[in-house]
Amino acid sequence: MLCNECGKRPATVHITKIENGKKTNMHLCEQCALAKGALSINTGFSINDLLTGILNSGTPLPFKVDFMDDPVCPVCGMKYSHFRETGRFGCGSCYNSFGERLTPLFRRIHGNISHTGKIPNRAGTKFKAMREMEYLKAELAVAIKNEEYEKAAEIRDKIRALEKSNGRDE
Amino acid sequence: MMGGWITQQGPQNEIVLSSRVRLARNIVNTPFPAYLSMEEAKGLINQVEAAAKKNHERGYKLLVMDELPNIERQVLLEKHLISPDLIKSAKGAALISQDELLSIMINEEDHIRIQCILPGLQMKSAWDMANSEDDVLEQTLDYSYDEKLGYLTCCPTNVGTGMRASAMVHLPALNMIGNIGKILQTVTQIGLTIRGIYGEGTEFQGNLFQISNQITLGLSEEEIVQNISAVTSQIVEKEKEARSLLLNNNRIQLEDRVWRAWGILKNARVITSQEAMKLLSDVRLGMDLNIIENLSVSIINEIMIEIQPANIQKYAGEELSPEARDIIRAEIIRKKL
Repeated sequence: MLCNECGKRPATVHITKIENGKKTNMHLCEQCALAKGALSINTGFSINDLLTGILNSGTPLPFKVDFMDDPVCPVCGMKYSHFRETGRFGCGSCYNSFGERLTPLFRRIHGNISHTGKIPNRAGTKFKAMREMEYLKAELAVAIKNEEYEKAAEIRDKIRALEKSNGRDE
Repeated sequence: MMGGWITQQGPQNEIVLSSRVRLARNIVNTPFPAYLSMEEAKGLINQVEAAAKKNHERGYKLLVMDELPNIERQVLLEKHLISPDLIKSAKGAALISQDELLSIMINEEDHIRIQCILPGLQMKSAWDMANSEDDVLEQTLDYSYDEKLGYLTCCPTNVGTGMRASAMVHLPALNMIGNIGKILQTVTQIGLTIRGIYGEGTEFQGNLFQISNQITLGLSEEEIVQNISAVTSQIVEKEKEARSLLLNNNRIQLEDRVWRAWGILKNARVITSQEAMKLLSDVRLGMDLNIIENLSVSIINEIMIEIQPANIQKYAGEELSPEARDIIRAEIIRKKL
């Protein structure tokens, strides 16, 4: 089919308009459709549109909980429903305030739900120790499995030392 | 006048123009910039400035967006030292290092955005530099950080490392052969994205592309750096293959294209930004293939930035209409070449 407007290029955009109960069909090529402003191909949707799309595309619940369940961040006053509209948080505490509701979002954006990168020096001293502990425990399990008892004993001592120093901090 | 990545040389510089790493950071218990009053925003600028200036080697200069003429702001943007969002922010400011390799944006979407931009493909060095600057800031500033989610950011697409790493690449041969589409597709499948830098839609002005990471949560900074570096190196190899293919099969046509571009750039009296970017791409290709000799790529980089609208107006010392800019643009290019 050729474009209704220019009659030269093939029609790739098909528009059905219903105005005052009257239905009209238009078959246009991309250029003419753009020129007529019939569609906004080039506006390219923004990251906001994408995010709110993701946020609002979850499996619908069998009952409506929107009004009951709209937590507010105590630090900045941002409502969860507002975040869903804008795709932007109000402050760092929003993450904690909205909690588990955000997990599916992170999974969809990043394919992951936990950070494995840099730990800040000051804010992260405790986390560093925790991660070190996890690492040592995993190493210990491997050593025991491989019957490397001398190595296992060494690792055990390290774990004890770490536990001690953590205890002092608290 | 020009400095930083624009004039310096780096590895793989014939195809990779620059490597950039940006880290998003926020201050704990403080609303994000959009929700700060002007007063609070000013306070934050002072706080970050004091923290950054502990590192005396950098020679940071503070530029407050509100106090800076529009053209000056645009010039910084065209040099890729600050972002489009920052110049729009009345609360925004930037600390620019003396060598123009590091910049710290304050009150953009996040409280702090540390950016390091180096010439050529040296993603690891860019990360190291941004990382150590981050350590300096963290000595005095209390970051918003979560044990499980990492660095907390205004937009959930940045949470975790808060890191965006990107390489700017010049891919004329792949674009000529028509292989760009395939690369665009493949790259997105592995959590990276590639897009044209100048121009909109499907037209890639100047054949310049940016490869960057999409995922910030669940990968370490080192992994992100490795991924981007590996993919960029592969794309560089593909571009080189495409270039030798063109050179072997269409040498004379390629030479003709390069020398025509050279001829127009050296002689034009009126030139649009679009035409200039296209011809500069041809000349850059000609230099890489030794068709044009005795010219440094940094000259092309400088021209590329100097012919952007705000830089032209800064050069002219007044605001100009697009038509007047086309005349000055041609003049700048003739002088440089």
